[in-house]
Amino acid sequence: MALIEAHTISKIYRLGDIDLKALDGISTAIEQGEFVAIMGQSGSGKSTFMNILGCLDTPTQGQYLLDGVDTGGLSRDELAEIRNKKLGFVFQGFNLLSRTSALENVELPMLYNGNTAPERHERAMSALTSVGLEGREGHHPNQLSGGQQQRVAIARALVNDAPIILADEPTGNLDTRTSAEIMELFVRLNRESGITVILVTHEHDIAAYSKRIIRFSDGHIVSDEAVAR
Amino acid sequence: MINIPSTFKISIRALRVNKMRSGLTMLGIIIGVGAVIAMVAVGAGASQKIAEQISSMGSNLLIILPGATTSGGVRMGAGTQPTLTMADAEAILRECPAVEAVAPTHSGTAQIVFSHMNWSTGVLGTTPSMLDIREWPLTAGRPFTSQDVKSATKVALLGQTVVDNLFGDQDPVGQTIRIKNLPFTVVGVLARKGQDAQGRDQDDTIMIPVTTAQKKLFGAQFPGMVRIISVKAKSAEDLAAAEQQITALLKQRHRIGPKQDNDFTVRNLTQLMQAREESTKVMTLLLGAIASVSLLVGGIGIMNIMLVSVTERTREIGIRMAIGAKTWDIRLQFIIEALTLSLIGGIVGIIVGVSTAMALSSLSGWPTVVSPLSIVLAFGFSGFIGIFFGFYPAYKASLLNPIDALRYE
Repeated sequence: MALIEAHTISKIYRLGDIDLKALDGISTAIEQGEFVAIMGQSGSGKSTFMNILGCLDTPTQGQYLLDGVDTGGLSRDELAEIRNKKLGFVFQGFNLLSRTSALENVELPMLYNGNTAPERHERAMSALTSVGLEGREGHHPNQLSGGQQQRVAIARALVNDAPIILADEPTGNLDTRTSAEIMELFVRLNRESGITVILVTHEHDIAAYSKRIIRFSDGHIVSDEAVAR
Repeated sequence: MINIPSTFKISIRALRVNKMRSGLTMLGIIIGVGAVIAMVAVGAGASQKIAEQISSMGSNLLIILPGATTSGGVRMGAGTQPTLTMADAEAILRECPAVEAVAPTHSGTAQIVFSHMNWSTGVLGTTPSMLDIREWPLTAGRPFTSQDVKSATKVALLGQTVVDNLFGDQDPVGQTIRIKNLPFTVVGVLARKGQDAQGRDQDDTIMIPVTTAQKKLFGAQFPGMVRIISVKAKSAEDLAAAEQQITALLKQRHRIGPKQDNDFTVRNLTQLMQAREESTKVMTLLLGAIASVSLLVGGIGIMNIMLVSVTERTREIGIRMAIGAKTWDIRLQFIIEALTLSLIGGIVGIIVGVSTAMALSSLSGWPTVVSPLSIVLAFGFSGFIGIFFGFYPAYKASLLNPIDALRYE
């Protein structure tokens, strides 16, 4: 069984009398340890698909199995628990809490799973070290560069040992050189720790870091191919 | 799983970010709690003062005054016609089962001289049971006895004010004072009682045997005449019965027909004071209720600011939800924040309320009593307000859709 299995997933938004099909019968599977880039124009449904993969949203039709669990029948709190334990999020806008130090931002997911304060501190420090931010733990987001902020966000995604990282345009707000550094960090996490990385991007050179590219258009998958090395 | 200490830390930080706003919101609670505590302290102080006056007057007390005279159709005030006698007093004690003790009094004002000092005061001729009726202990010496009353001895009990004015630091017991030039031996000193309900100094008095007052000091229009009879009923429930029994007995003794006016008046002082005490309690309640309204308004202020805070932090809520915060994690965060606001406000309010009460008593002389119960209640109530008015904003926050919240700008 694959880590992520989508069976004919549809997402339909009702806008007045019109049904808008954001996703139309998507079926795919992603194995553990894969590095997948999801590409497509805006409005192609790739973000909706990411939200469903991230258990932030549920499909209107079809089945989404994460690690063998059908997410369809789960409550808000059960979905929150899955997000906490199995998923790490990296956003385009970093989404760190301002007025809160890097360390505390990384500790945040552990506030919701019952780790003790010393455990939280220790694990957050080692996560920060693994993204190359040792010595920066006391800095607040506004004292860090964009690349450093995104590293804090990645450390936050790593800290609960989640097997999957979902990155939504993670380099969208970064310059080319920093983008490359962040992508190399993802590649290293994927290769060394076996973390499944799924990222949404519309840039080909970013997608080129992945091993497999899924292209979306109008709510359908139009292509799904391995990246030639 | 919920982490209370960390949540507290988060809320303190959130409150510190908007110091001005948090301070103003707290001010509502501070004023509310302070007002409740100060107002209840003022009310309780008034009640306590009245209660003290009741107990200094003696409990279950009835006073019998002689009646009014009527001369040529003009009715004079109560007590103008001397109608009460020692025999009346003895009869009341003997024949009214609801009566515990009786003390006839015959009093006047006289100049008291000791050595080179002199002082004018009320001299109260009475019987030993007066001390029991007024619940008035001695601090030195002994009371005079019924033997003293029988033989009209010249002995005296001094009130503290008289002692202060005539003797200073000397021990008065055993000394001889002169009242209207007659020598009296001081046998005892009365304990300090302070002011009565009308503000008169109760300690500015001398007690002597009633017979001595009648025969040697103030004279009497007829033998055995007394001005006032003080009566102590057996219990508070017996007061009404005692009043009836005394009225019936005196009507019979004074031969008053059913259509004639009584030549005496029975006054129930305890009941009068208890009515005053009741009205003070009602006033305390009213003051507390009015002050509670301001506490309620403070609570609405908290709700208002928490709603603003939830809207401002929509994105933060989205982030927390995305990384695994559950419904109650989010709710508790905002409830604890509201609770922190209201509890800090409550603590400061208690300090403000207690100092206001103290300032009121020292500046205006109102007696105030800050009861621990009112502090506990005010603190508990401010906590309740925090939870109550924090719940709706917290509930609203927990219902946000994480995707929308994350996109919120």
